Amino acid sequence: MKKLTFKGGTHPPHSKKATEKLALEKANAPKTVVIPMQQHIGAPCDPIVAVGDEVKVGQKIGEAKGFVSVPVHSSVSGKVTAIEPRMYSGGTKVTCVVIESDMQDTIHESVTSKGSLEALSADDIKNIIKEAGIVGMGGAAFPTHVKLAPPPEKNVDTVILNGAECEPYLTADHRLMLENPEDVVLGLQAFMKVLNVSKGYIGIEDNKVDAIEVMQKAAQGKAGIEVVVLHAKYPQGAEKQLINACTGREVPSGGLPADAGVVVNNVGTAAAVAKAIKTGMPLVERIVTITGAGINNPKNLLVKIGTNFREVVDQCGGFKGNPQKIIAGGPMMGIAQFHIDIPVIKGTSGILVLSEEEARLPESSNCIRCGKCVDVCPINLMPAGLSAHALLDNYDQAEGLHAMDCIECGSCSFVCPAKRPLVESIRLAKREILAKRRKAQAK
Amino acid sequence: MENGRFLVSSSPHIRSGESTQRIMMDVAIALLPALFSGIWFFGLRALMMTIVAVVFAVASEVVMQKVMKRPVTVKDFSAVVTGMLIAFNVPSTLPLWMVAIGAIFAIVIVKQCFGGVGHNFINPALAARAMLLASWPVDMTAWVTPGVDAVTTATPLALIKGTEAVNVVLPNVMDLFVGNVGGCIGETSALALLIGGLYLLYRKVISYRIPVIYIATVGVFAFMFSGFDLSYVPYHVFAGGLFLGAIFMATDYSSSPMTAKGQIIFAIGCGFLTSVIRFFGGYPEGVSYSILLMNIATPLIDRFTLPRKFGEVKKSA
Repeated sequence: MKKLTFKGGTHPPHSKKATEKLALEKANAPKTVVIPMQQHIGAPCDPIVAVGDEVKVGQKIGEAKGFVSVPVHSSVSGKVTAIEPRMYSGGTKVTCVVIESDMQDTIHESVTSKGSLEALSADDIKNIIKEAGIVGMGGAAFPTHVKLAPPPEKNVDTVILNGAECEPYLTADHRLMLENPEDVVLGLQAFMKVLNVSKGYIGIEDNKVDAIEVMQKAAQGKAGIEVVVLHAKYPQGAEKQLINACTGREVPSGGLPADAGVVVNNVGTAAAVAKAIKTGMPLVERIVTITGAGINNPKNLLVKIGTNFREVVDQCGGFKGNPQKIIAGGPMMGIAQFHIDIPVIKGTSGILVLSEEEARLPESSNCIRCGKCVDVCPINLMPAGLSAHALLDNYDQAEGLHAMDCIECGSCSFVCPAKRPLVESIRLAKREILAKRRKAQAK
Repeated sequence: MENGRFLVSSSPHIRSGESTQRIMMDVAIALLPALFSGIWFFGLRALMMTIVAVVFAVASEVVMQKVMKRPVTVKDFSAVVTGMLIAFNVPSTLPLWMVAIGAIFAIVIVKQCFGGVGHNFINPALAARAMLLASWPVDMTAWVTPGVDAVTTATPLALIKGTEAVNVVLPNVMDLFVGNVGGCIGETSALALLIGGLYLLYRKVISYRIPVIYIATVGVFAFMFSGFDLSYVPYHVFAGGLFLGAIFMATDYSSSPMTAKGQIIFAIGCGFLTSVIRFFGGYPEGVSYSILLMNIATPLIDRFTLPRKFGEVKKSA
């Protein structure tokens, strides 16, 4: 089997053994859900329910504002008890609708099948996707309907589904592909129909041999759809690297995938789209991998959006030992949380709990100029030099070394033998450069 | 932590097992075969000199860092490597106090004054060798034949060059490869150095680029400069400090380029300068000066060999 990949990258330990063989389980129904009005990149939603209202599963409770935004739906049936700012995994407070479940899971009247894919027009499908509140399920949570509306002058001819799951520990996409391959393929067909393209790839890393087989079987006889076997290498699932591996094309610096004629979506997103078409159920639950040395019984759970992290962790046997770090997402790009009372949202691909030992921050020493960061950088930057400028507040020089091209995959910091804060400082420089650009624009 | 706050930091949340200490220990391990061959050919005095160099290198790092009120970082093993390399770069007859001065100079002046590990702009061990050679040229070129009945001799390269009127025949290539010739303690055995180099490659401490291209360049230029005489090539490749320099000193992270393209330019430059010095310069040996010269060019090379960033739009001509 031909295996494709990109240049650069690194090999963090996969750490997927704990959960990769565990079938999906439905999480216990939560008594209360806290649903943030912003779970996506873009404008936050306005709540369209009031305290005291009765809501049902799949009912829209937050209306999208603007094009880059998606509505939010209730994941339980019950009563709205509060609408107030609460902490969420983005690290800030956002307006949340708190719903007390009646444990009946009564489904809202609006949730009905949209019929077969053949009967739907491209615009119908796009509208279904938007109204179902579907966002990128890989973690970034970018509204999917926006990706499906590239400017007409971009000649998009390919859709790629991202099943690489290159983040260590996470197995949510792996299990989805094994247990629900038909939905993944149907979702891909929907994307291809919306974009009017004939070529669809499903990229999967070669550490998921079983998923490759299952997906190949599911894709058999489906016109234009091909499963691409990728080398297990981090960051294989990064959009630009995935496009490069599957098609050999490079997304131009500062451009979008559409500039390379490609739209990329996560396999989880495709499955959510399939579900929205088949059953009419919007995005109200997702697969979450709960794992790490600080968890007693790691699991892959199907969790309702808005369920408290603590409830999910308790279903996995609770904490083991004295864990020091909780990460929403994977260990390479996930966001560390300072407390556990936050809700699972559309972008929560994993809850990773690290032990005291694993969480200890390494002490950084002098850069020894070994060049390992240069070797692994998938964008061919010079992380050591960039970071040196960033740490001295020389943001102009950092910009000159192409700081804005950094995809923040963290490979450089991972390999650094001197444990230097490479991506951390480049991230900081990017923020400063953006702030400066905005200021210049405002003038 | 059940009800407390958890640790928050910027991603990534995992780090590889590599460390500066592990890398430097690997280099020290890779130098052991050359140390053994040095002891075998030049006696226990070679060991004594290595110990003196390492002790003084480590001690001067501790003292210097204490004086400068910086954290003491001798645990990273880099001073040990520098010490070993200094001893390897001098003849086995050099007085011990000169070895000590070399070690102090390398650590205090070349390394710590410029900011410690990673900030030395030239290789400390080579700088020490250059300083010793300039200060005590006679002691630094007092070569002896290997073995117990050590007699004064010349290095093979000096013999080829004819700069020294010693009545010695040119050693055969096998002796040259194994190291049974006159020279510095750690430089004579290409075989032992090669074993160490393979270990470093296996451990991914160095890439093949600098050593292979450097040695190959010297071979090519030796062939050309000698009037296309193949018999000179093995002497220029295996004799002198080429293997020691190419494998262990030109690959010094701090003073060599970080980019692949830069490393290739650096290696070719080293090879060219070495050959020019050997054939047309005043010295029979040119490895240390060629590396020092290329060390100085490293920041420039790095600046002009920035890798093409992913997705860079080609400027239309």
